[in-house]
Amino acid sequence: MRNFAVCIVAMEVNMMKASLWQLFWTFTKIGAFTIGGGYAMIPLIEREVVDRRRWITSDDFLDMLVVAQSAPGILAMNIAVLVGNKARGKMGALVSALGSALPSFVLVLLFAMCLTEFQDSPVLAKMFRAVRPAVVALIAVPVFNLAKAAKLNWKTVWIAVASAVLIWYFGVSPVWIIFAAGVAGVVYAAVEQRRDKQNRSNTSSDKKS
Amino acid sequence: MVYLQLFYAFFKIGLFGFGGGAAMLPLIQFELVEHYHWVSSAEFANMVAVSQMTPGPIGINCATYAGYLATGGVLGSLVATVAVVLPSFIIMLIVAKMLAKFKNNVYVEGALRGLRPVVVGLIAAAALLLMNEENFGEHCADYVSWLIFAVAFVAVKFLKINPILMIVLAAVAGLVIY
Repeated sequence: MRNFAVCIVAMEVNMMKASLWQLFWTFTKIGAFTIGGGYAMIPLIEREVVDRRRWITSDDFLDMLVVAQSAPGILAMNIAVLVGNKARGKMGALVSALGSALPSFVLVLLFAMCLTEFQDSPVLAKMFRAVRPAVVALIAVPVFNLAKAAKLNWKTVWIAVASAVLIWYFGVSPVWIIFAAGVAGVVYAAVEQRRDKQNRSNTSSDKKS
Repeated sequence: MVYLQLFYAFFKIGLFGFGGGAAMLPLIQFELVEHYHWVSSAEFANMVAVSQMTPGPIGINCATYAGYLATGGVLGSLVATVAVVLPSFIIMLIVAKMLAKFKNNVYVEGALRGLRPVVVGLIAAAALLLMNEENFGEHCADYVSWLIFAVAFVAVKFLKINPILMIVLAAVAGLVIY
């Protein structure tokens, strides 16, 4: 028992306290050097804040990841806010968020300015003319990967098809469709839970009789 | 006025974007191209290419780029970026207090289960909306564009080519072909 307590104390001591500047700089660095969006940033964030800096325990980080993925918003930003908040409270959350957004902001702004400046360049036009169909392909690929991950079957595939048609053909805003799907999911979960409860009370009353 | 609209549009995008960058694109596209007409369909495709190739979260990259295109200035970028980040910030600070409760909540899981098939449809709609004359030539009949599309699709889906490398290769191909 005593050993156990020593162990806990040692773990607590092992965790480091982050300064606001360290938080900011860590997220700036990760934001500046990961190409490929939020999912590419997660392993880097984990290595930095869990393994190297020891601001967050591995278990806490996993909890944060689950929550960040199931909440709306930009994934990397969700993680940054949770990590910063855990390490240094609201100010920590703020500097972490600023840090992870800043490199993107500056670089993309420069890109946008350059492209606007040279938008009449025939070289750029040629490049983008070929890049655009490739981008459409890049967007089409996750449709099939996600359909597999979501385990779509004949009972659920119509939902995907209907939402695609509603947006593409009928011009319905995706916001409405997301809202409706979320509400439907909650209602379904509530119904399911109620049915479970009834089943349970039925079986227990069966036992009694 | 455009700044207010920009803020509103990107706040909505941040609030309803579930499931990472790819799932946010249809929302961005709908607001920018279909609803407010700040960017053309071709410009949106260009924007996605740039957002993929610059470091950082794609949602932020798109917001910064779109803000600049919509207003022609840095302030537009700033407004759009702050707006897209704000929902994350607020929601996460609220949720952080009840992390454990939120994690295994039946209703949160239910909502996500409802969203999963819809997100597939959303992204499909984004791809379909981009298959138009701006990106695939007159009457969508430019066979070179379709060839690039097919090659890129096979390369990324089956040969697991990195999407960024794919964009670079397509750009080089464009210089050679056109």
